[in-house]
Amino acid sequence: MNDFAYYKATDIDGAVNAAAGPKNNYIGGGTNLIDLWKYDLAHPEKLVDLNGIDELKEITELPDGGLRLGALVTNNATAYHPIVQERYPLLSRTILAGATPQIRNAATNGGNLLQRTRCYYFYDSSSPCNKRVPGSGCPAREGHNRLHAILGYSDACIATMPSDMCVALAALEAVVRVKGPEGERCIPFIEFHRLPGEQPEKDNTLREDELILSVDLPARGFAGHHTYLKLRDRHSYAFALVSVAMGYELDGEGNISVARIALGGVAHKPWRVPAAEELLVGKSPTEDQFARAAEAILEGASGFEHNTFKIDLAHRAILRAGAMAHDPSTQRPGAKPSL
Amino acid sequence: MSSPQEIKLTVNGKAERLSVRPWVSLLDTLRHHLHLNGTKKGCDHGQCGACTVICDGERILSCLTLGVMKDGSEITTIEGLGQPGNLHPLQEAFLEHDAYQCGYCTPGQICSGVALMKEGHANTREEVKELMSGNLCRCGANTNIIDAIMAVKDGAHE
Ligand SMILES: Cc1cc2nc3c(=O)[nH]c(=O)nc-3n(C[C@H](O)[C@H](O)[C@H](O)COP(=O)(O)OP(=O)(O)OC[C@H]3O[C@@H](n4cnc5c(N)ncnc54)[C@H](O)[C@@H]3O)c2cc1C
Ligand code: FES
Ligand code: FES
Repeated sequence: MNDFAYYKATDIDGAVNAAAGPKNNYIGGGTNLIDLWKYDLAHPEKLVDLNGIDELKEITELPDGGLRLGALVTNNATAYHPIVQERYPLLSRTILAGATPQIRNAATNGGNLLQRTRCYYFYDSSSPCNKRVPGSGCPAREGHNRLHAILGYSDACIATMPSDMCVALAALEAVVRVKGPEGERCIPFIEFHRLPGEQPEKDNTLREDELILSVDLPARGFAGHHTYLKLRDRHSYAFALVSVAMGYELDGEGNISVARIALGGVAHKPWRVPAAEELLVGKSPTEDQFARAAEAILEGASGFEHNTFKIDLAHRAILRAGAMAHDPSTQRPGAKPSL
Repeated sequence: MSSPQEIKLTVNGKAERLSVRPWVSLLDTLRHHLHLNGTKKGCDHGQCGACTVICDGERILSCLTLGVMKDGSEITTIEGLGQPGNLHPLQEAFLEHDAYQCGYCTPGQICSGVALMKEGHANTREEVKELMSGNLCRCGANTNIIDAIMAVKDGAHE
């Protein structure tokens, strides 16, 4: 564990200026960064605390009917916000399926997007890991890989992105608004996280020193038909092995007019295949239709010694989610993922 | 080495001024600087809940935040909830329901339970269990812990 300096920012530009330099890190809730620092995996020289920037701590309605979630709003405050609960219950339920109340009370929306993988080898400072030490190797391929990817991985890295919240944000087609030394820009959620390729050390497409300002939700919230199904080794307080965030809308005849399906726990980013969602349009929300979509989503999936079960699990989870989404009132935080 | 910073905290109603280095966790600030040893260090990595305190009305893990980040905050620890002779209703209920064995997780469980009742999101026993899942008890007293919280929540101890 290294020594570091601390600076409490009170405005956005002050924070961006203070963060200039590769060893200066923003800190939101600290629930990931402090943990990594204690494991000697993160080595900040200076922390730039964002908790004094009031304008990042608001949830505000957007003129287009969407909702802006400030980067410094906590995960719990977001999940229990009345507008989020009413119009984006998929997001609310997804957040509440992650971590614990104490962690969600500290964890921020910006920090959640940037949490690092839970790969055992990434977390073991004595082990090689291409994500932590580029070029050192990836023991997960031949080692313990129960948590690891079945889609989109590379020779260099088979880690998964652990966030629950991000899976719902992918399905909702959120936009991440950021500001850096070169100004402000917006990143569509599906382009925010990246596949590992030959640069597994890069989890996402943020540029150096860019600050997340907000996560903006478009108006369409799938409040009518949605679900987040999280399958894990323990019923609570565990990361997903496989998760599905699903939302769809039905037309007057009960057929699907638009559908979104994002998978968690299977890749280095939330996994979405828009062409598979298209297959559902005009179809009734029945098991055989979701099975077709599942096949298209999981096309090309292949596992390792301990995680091949995820292919089947993900397929079945999509079918189950399709049925659960039909009547979201059957779901509540803490309820078993049964029908 | 980074220099210590002056911070102000209100802990259990008492104003405190202290000087801590940036990397000192809130947990160590409470235990080592203020000698409030009721709050426990189980894992120091956010996994057990033993270090739960109530900060500005909300339960958080004191091991995953820094003392300097909480400058100006109001903190309640187990010492502030009740004392022998004047116990908090949930402390009474823990005694009555035999809700601990070794007692190591107990301060965190009680701070968490008190905050849970104030949050008001848990109505059923199932919901209380889910929203208490961040506090592990390696002695396995969980069933009795949930009993104690349900008893206070339903007014048996007010
Ligand atoms: C025991 C445990 C269990 C957990 N279980 C789950 C789970 O089941 N599901 C789940 O989804 N998550 C889980 N989590 C992870 C948790 O959700 C994350 O730790 C949390 O969301 C991170 O948010 P933070 O604000 O605390 O981030 P920090 O730790 O403050 O920051 C994380 C990273 O983001 C950067 N950062 C923070 N804010 C910004 C910003 N605005 N702009 C740019 N950079 C920024 C920091 O520099 C740092 O690199 C768990 C965590 C723990 C400790
Ligand atoms: S000591 Fe903080 S969660 Fe275990
Ligand atoms: S009483 Fe021993 S850990 Fe809970």
